[in-house]
Formats: sequence, structure tokens, C-alpha cells
Amino acid sequence: MPVIERAYREYQGLKSPEWSRFLIIPRHAYRDVFRSKLFTAYFALSFIFPLLCAILIYLHHNVNALAIMKLNVRDVLPIDAGFFEFYVIFQGITGFFLAMLVGPQQVSRDLTNNALPLYLCRPFSRTEYVVGKMSIVILLLSTITWAPGLLLFLFQSYLEGWSWFSENIWIASAIFLGSLVWILLLALLTQAISAWVKWSVGSRAALLGAFFIPTVFAGIVNQVFETRWGNIFSLYALISNVWAGLFGTFVRQTGQIQESRNGQILREVIMTEPPLWASWFMLFLICAACLWLLSRKVKAYEVVK
Amino acid sequence: MASVAAAANDPQPKGKTPSVIALDDLSVSFGGRPILKGLRGELRGRAIGLLGPNGAGKTTLIHTLLGFHPPSSGTARIFGSDIRGEANQIRSLIGYMPERDSFIAKMSCVHFVRFMAELSGLPPAAALERAHEALFFVGLGEARYRNLDTFSLGMKQLAKLAQAIVHGPRLIFLDEPTNGLDPPARQRMIKMVREIRDSGQADIVLSSHLLRDVEECCEEILILKEGRLVVYCNLEDERKANKKFLMLETRGDLKPFVTAVDSMGCECAVTSDHRLKVILQQGTEIRDLYRVAAETQLQIRRLTYKRDSLEDIFLKAMENGNAGY
Repeated sequence: MPVIERAYREYQGLKSPEWSRFLIIPRHAYRDVFRSKLFTAYFALSFIFPLLCAILIYLHHNVNALAIMKLNVRDVLPIDAGFFEFYVIFQGITGFFLAMLVGPQQVSRDLTNNALPLYLCRPFSRTEYVVGKMSIVILLLSTITWAPGLLLFLFQSYLEGWSWFSENIWIASAIFLGSLVWILLLALLTQAISAWVKWSVGSRAALLGAFFIPTVFAGIVNQVFETRWGNIFSLYALISNVWAGLFGTFVRQTGQIQESRNGQILREVIMTEPPLWASWFMLFLICAACLWLLSRKVKAYEVVK
Repeated sequence: MASVAAAANDPQPKGKTPSVIALDDLSVSFGGRPILKGLRGELRGRAIGLLGPNGAGKTTLIHTLLGFHPPSSGTARIFGSDIRGEANQIRSLIGYMPERDSFIAKMSCVHFVRFMAELSGLPPAAALERAHEALFFVGLGEARYRNLDTFSLGMKQLAKLAQAIVHGPRLIFLDEPTNGLDPPARQRMIKMVREIRDSGQADIVLSSHLLRDVEECCEEILILKEGRLVVYCNLEDERKANKKFLMLETRGDLKPFVTAVDSMGCECAVTSDHRLKVILQQGTEIRDLYRVAAETQLQIRRLTYKRDSLEDIFLKAMENGNAGY
């Protein structure tokens, strides 16, 4: 109907599938997000490291190039689990700052403008809203973490051969799972903080605080009690342990304190990291807490008792 | 005045349209405090006015029907679907214009309305087309590419109406749609609500504390008081129902007539040389007035019933509301 007719009429056309409606939120959010030059520039820069990794993998398999540069990259930097673990850590940190730019304003903006009734009066549930908002961070971070990571793995497999691929296929699952855990944690944290801290600068600071303050606290606990169990309070230590566990580089004993006098050992303390399951469990608890915080705030209207 | 309980007991009277909203002993409590108390009734009108003083539960009723608040007991059905178990299905048939300022920041108006249409299930292309149509319909055609943050209060109200109708719902809840509008803007809003009503493609529930808005748009009214439903009636029928208040236009000497009518126990007030108002008392009929007029040699040229205004109906409901229905 042409707009000039200006009459009310019912809609009788096709409708989009219900399962896909949560994707409407990220699709519209990216229009706004990519309007920021700072964000677009940072997002583009996030692909530099994967590109460098790809060049490194290529050099590993290009004998002529190595001969010209007189380098022995194969021995200096082998392409193994450690290489991909470093990739996941580096891109994880890059993703953290990306999430910090995008995430904290998503829910807070809707809460400030009372937009939630507009979402929830439609065939669109609270769960779909939260999943939709999380997808903004999840999809963005996926494009700079596990997706290029898996491409690097496939590139290495292509150059190295089938046997390397079949022997190291577990690295691919470690890249995917390790990145996904991190992305989910970031998505939940940013949305939970966004729901409770409406001021965007404040919520970004809160996200930074959520990583650095518990890490400092964990350090103090570790120092005072001569232990490594304080690490269960540190998000950075928790995710590092999980990554190390996935890439098979996790070591429980990470330090030793010895006090000796005249060659005689008076006291010996072996510093052991909390077990891997404790790190997974703590991450699970943090995610559950974020979901609970979100459920408290994501409502059409708050009932003031 | 029609009793809602009576309407509820009448399952589906012949010739009547099927109910839009059926309230089945619906109660809602917040923190143990009852807000809506056992509402019963079947609302059938194309345009239903939801009236009541502040805090009567109008907005809570709308929010409960939209599934924002769970009922503490009882339930309600919209087009036959239960709000407890079929909320998603109900929401796909509903449009909602909230009372408070509600929009999504940093979006142009057409983008906002299109986004809302997509959330209602319209594919992107259809959503965009309908967004343009809806914005032209509400009169924001020229301003549709402007950012919502730059809109005046009146324009924001229109944008809210556009997002409520963009997906062509069968039932539209309008919560205080004329809030903050100047008189011309208010008139435009009322005109649009009437146009939607007259299109016959959507039913309307209009919540307002402004009686004039309801009077101009609605066929039926539902009055809430302290969380109870005190009146549900057809506005036109209710206006005509008051057969006690008469207005007379006469010729001849009024004095003997007035004295005789007073002696019958009826209240009488002369408004001009030939006009007077009479309130009939119990046991007095109109034919008694004609008889007295004949005796006092007064000609009754015109006799009309004074129709109750919505204000009269509302005030009566507020006075008698405690009796409950």
C-alpha cells in the first residue's frame, strides 16, 4: 500500500521464524557500533595478530624464505599447542577491550530509556532479549578469536599434512572451547554490569575493576597465606588455568618457598594451583551470578515494594 | 448500570461479538499488597475505555494482560488465549503504547519503528515498508529520518503510537496516549484512535484519567476503583439509562406549573422564561407532568431526557463503587 493512503491495516504477510528473532538485536546494534571510528579502527587492528600468525605459519613451511632470511623459525617458535595457546591468550585480551567498548552500554541504554516494555510486549521473551544482547559481544569476539584461530589451524594442517592434522585435532577443540568460554564470560559480565551500572563510563570502569581488583586481592591472599588458592578469586588466573588445561600446559606446582639456615632447611612450602575443576567451577559460579543479576534487572517494569 | 458479574455469567449471548478480553477472577498482588482484586467480566467493545482514579489499577491491568506481571490468582483470556500459558501467542496479536517515555536511543524514528516491527515477527523488508506507512499514518512522515532524541514530547507520543500499530495488531493498548499533548496534537491523536477503531481491523483499550478522551473514542467503559471493577457498560446505553432528569420547553405561565410539580415532590428549576429542568421522584411518571400541564394550561412543546455525561457516570461509579460488582 502506498504511504499516501494513510490508513490502518492489519498485517497478513509472512512472519520470520521465532527461533531467529534474537538475531535482530545484534543486526541493528552493529549499525550503531560500527558508526564509531574508534571502534572500527580497533576492530580492524584486532586482525593484525592473526595475520602475523598466518605469516609465521607460512614462513615455517617456506624453505626458500627461511634461507633468504637466514632464520631458523622452526626451532625458535614451533607451531604447536603452546603457539595456539598464546594466540588464544593474545586475542582473548584483545577481545576484552573490544567487549569493553561495545558491551557496557547495551542494556543500560534500554533501561535508561524505558525501552524494555517495548521489547517485552512483543512475542519476544526476556531470555531472547538477554541472548540477543549477549550475541552482540559473542558474534563480534568470535570473528577475532576462535574463527581466525581455526583458520590458522587449518592453514597449518594444510601445509603440514594430514598426519599433523589428525594428531593435533584436539588443539582445534581447545581453540574453540577456550575462546568460547572466555567470550561467554565476557558477554555475561558486560551485560550484567550494563544492567546495574547505567553510566557507560562507570560500567566500563566496573568491567576493568571486575578483572583487576580480584586479581590484586588474589595476589594479597597468595602472599599472606603463602598459597596459590587465592587465584580462585582472580578471573585472569581462572581463565588462564582453564586455557592451560585445555592446551595441556597446566602445571599445579607453580612455586616453592624455602627457608634455610646454615644449609639446613627450616621450612618448605610447595605452592600449588587450585585443581582445574575448581577453576571451571568458579567460572560457572561467576556466569550463574551474572545471569541472576541480569534476571533481576531485565524486566518490563520494576515493582517497587 | 450493567453489572459485569452478570455479563460474565452470560457465556456467549446470541448476536453479541465474541469477547476480546475475558477476565476470570483476576487478582494481582505486589509484595503481598493486592492491586487488582478478583476482576470478572467479558469485554467485547471495539474501543474500551479504561477509567479510574490514580492508583486504581488501570496500568497494572494492562501490564498483567501483556504478561508483565503474573496474576496472583485467577486468569484472563485475550481472543480466547490464556495469559498464563499463551503469553507469546497473545503478544503477537497486541500492540502497546506505554504511558512513559519509551524509545531506543541513537536511532532514527523509521529505524526504531522498523526495529519494533521486526521484533514483532515481520521480515526486514516488510518491516521497513510498514514502518514508513505507520509513520505517515501518524503524521511523522516528514520527520521519520530524524533521531528520536531530538523529538518533542508530542512527536515522541506519535512515534510510540506508530510502533504500537506497525505490525498491524488485532488489539491495541493505549496507556494515556494524550499525555503531555497540546490541544491540536491531542485532537489529532484522538482522531487517529477513532480512525483505527472505525477501520474495524483492531480493537482498542484506551486507559486514561481524562474523561473527555475516553468519551470521544470509546464505545464501552470499564471503571476501576481501588483495584475493583465497579462499572463495565456501553457508554451510549448508559447515557440513555437516566430517565429521571428531564428538560422541558414550554409556552404559557410557568408559575402554577412549577408550584404543582413541587407539590408532587419533584425537584424543579427554571432556566429561562420557557425552559425548566425537572427531576422525577419515585412514583412520578411523565404522564403526570402532562396532566399537571393541562390543568395549569401550560403547553409542553418539547420534553427531552438529559443524557448523562461520562463525568456523571464516573462520579456515580466513584460514589457507589464500594458496593462492588
